[in-house]
Amino acid sequence: MNSRTLEIGVGLFVAAGLAALFMLAMQVSNLASLGGDADSYTVTAGFENIGGLKVRSPVTVSGVRVGRVSAIDYDTTAYEAVVTLSIDSTYNAFPNDTSASIFTAGLLGEQYIALDPGGAMENLGEGSRIRLTQSALVMEQIIGQFLYSMAAKNEEKTSEE
Amino acid sequence: MTEPVVQIRDLRFARGNRLIFDGVNLDIHAGCVTAIMGPSGTGKTTLLKLIGGQLRPLSGSIRVNGEEVPSLGRHDLYRMRKQLGMLFQSGALLTDINVFENVAYPIREHTRLPEALVRDLVLMKLEAVGLRGAAGLMPSELSGGMARRVALARAIALDPMMVLYDEPFTGQDPISMGVLVKLIRELNDALYMTSVVVSHDVAETSAIADYAYLLSNGKVVDHGEPAALRESESRWSQQFLKALPDGPVAFHYPAAPFYDDLMQGG
Amino acid sequence: MLDAIQQLGRATLDFFERLGRGHLFLMQVLVSVPATLLRPRLVLRQMHSVGVLTLLIIVVSGLFVGMVMGLQGYNTLVDFGAEDSLGVLVALSLVRELGPVVTALLFAGRAGSALSAEIGLMKATEQLSGMEMMAVDPVRRVIAPRFLSAFLSMPLLAAIFSAIGVYGGWFIGVSLLGVDDGAFWSQMQDKVDLHGDVYNGVIKSVVFGFVVGWIALFEGYDAVPTAEGVSRATTQTVVHSALAVLGLDFVLTALMFGD
Repeated sequence: MNSRTLEIGVGLFVAAGLAALFMLAMQVSNLASLGGDADSYTVTAGFENIGGLKVRSPVTVSGVRVGRVSAIDYDTTAYEAVVTLSIDSTYNAFPNDTSASIFTAGLLGEQYIALDPGGAMENLGEGSRIRLTQSALVMEQIIGQFLYSMAAKNEEKTSEE
Repeated sequence: MTEPVVQIRDLRFARGNRLIFDGVNLDIHAGCVTAIMGPSGTGKTTLLKLIGGQLRPLSGSIRVNGEEVPSLGRHDLYRMRKQLGMLFQSGALLTDINVFENVAYPIREHTRLPEALVRDLVLMKLEAVGLRGAAGLMPSELSGGMARRVALARAIALDPMMVLYDEPFTGQDPISMGVLVKLIRELNDALYMTSVVVSHDVAETSAIADYAYLLSNGKVVDHGEPAALRESESRWSQQFLKALPDGPVAFHYPAAPFYDDLMQGG
Repeated sequence: MLDAIQQLGRATLDFFERLGRGHLFLMQVLVSVPATLLRPRLVLRQMHSVGVLTLLIIVVSGLFVGMVMGLQGYNTLVDFGAEDSLGVLVALSLVRELGPVVTALLFAGRAGSALSAEIGLMKATEQLSGMEMMAVDPVRRVIAPRFLSAFLSMPLLAAIFSAIGVYGGWFIGVSLLGVDDGAFWSQMQDKVDLHGDVYNGVIKSVVFGFVVGWIALFEGYDAVPTAEGVSRATTQTVVHSALAVLGLDFVLTALMFGD
């Protein structure tokens, strides 16, 4: 085998391998869409129930993705879940009375946190805590409440009759 | 006589449970062609590997140039081997490079000579074995005899002080054999080398050897100059050197009496 | 009965002896690797036979695996109206599992068996012994460059396999079955994590390259120097590599993703 063609072959192989790695990093994974954790700030929020929320779940405002959940802990003194949100530092002007809710994308979709900006003058910063939170809706609870209220109505009807 | 180049004393070596050498004593003197002969399976190749330090003995001493081979460290062993050339039975040429590169291989591995000098050296060695014209061929294109000559050129590429030949004549046609016999003797004398030829081809080996050892059952049974050996008293030597079918080495492999075996079949 | 127990004992002892020799061999190889780095030409030549010659089978297999994933995934996802997630399905399966594992299996079959056969033949024809007698260390000169190139080639091959596979899935899903192009890529980028998924996939492929290279070279180096011994070593390489890759994949997956 000619040494030149051999070198060209190996060169092309290595180039293709590196290009594939680059493609996996930029095109397939979230490197391009989320510029790492370096330029982001974290805020915390306490929830009574986080449902199926997971680390890496998205954080959105008006449907626009602004960050993700970076940690989930349980506070044993306040008896609530503490969720740490890592928010892209381009979005650094949320009022500090912003509220956070856990919603479900679609009927069977994953859960995410939606922020709803308030009207206060001061903004959220690194380490701030979001006070106004709304827990995840747990399907069994909703169905249970629904059945309970139906039963209550039925009872009212029967007692009226 | 001067101090021998190779001095082996009380060598014992076993492979598995089988004792291959049991107290071998050998001297190989500088400038001589020493033959080590014996039937197949007596461990002649093993002896060469022991001299080259590829195998370690159970006990005994192997001194090459005054150095105790079995106790040499890796580094010293490799330094010692640079002074040895070995011709393997199969030639052991590297199959992925051509004849020229094969001969150049040890030169390139151990020296940093300029390319022009390497080329001159290689062509010189190939000329010595009469294969300068085959420099561009691949090992697969060579006949068995040519492959062995290329291997010989490679073995002498670094001008070793001693060349070990492992069965150089086995499986060669009469012409190749004649060429190899002549080459071994001429190279030995022209390059002031020491040669060790391991073989069971009695006639060819006797023709060039200055001294011969006969090995059998892990021991040296006889030694002396080839002419003297032919007149030896030993019945074993007589049988081996004259190729008699029966003698101390029986024609029959040990077995139960023939009559008993036949009767067993009913 | 006693014979059977003796045989079991013997087999166990043989196994451990071989395992020990394998590890000693690996140590020798690893010690020789720095010296090999000083002679990049040797590695280059091996990168060609280990990497470049394996490329074709990797590209073709990657394409087909990706296309099959696209087809199967679409048929399953469309029932839940979730065909937009096809990109996620294809990319995650490839990057985390199929890329490293299938590449390693193909690599063992193509390059590993070739390495075993080559080393075994060199041993059978006394080339390794000949090198030793020429004061050339065969581990340093022959084994280490091959080991290094297997180790370097595997992650590159696995990355190529995954990348081609993603495009294969994209071709079936987007071009033929009408999944939305934007959703395909954006959902993928949303869900595939660079650290958690891509890096871990690369780590897996590096480990597999290490193990397959080790097994292939050891089988060849330890082969009985006969035609039968070499063919046995070649078969053993493929079998042992496959078992090692699949077993290690389980362990690595449990460590990486089993939180």
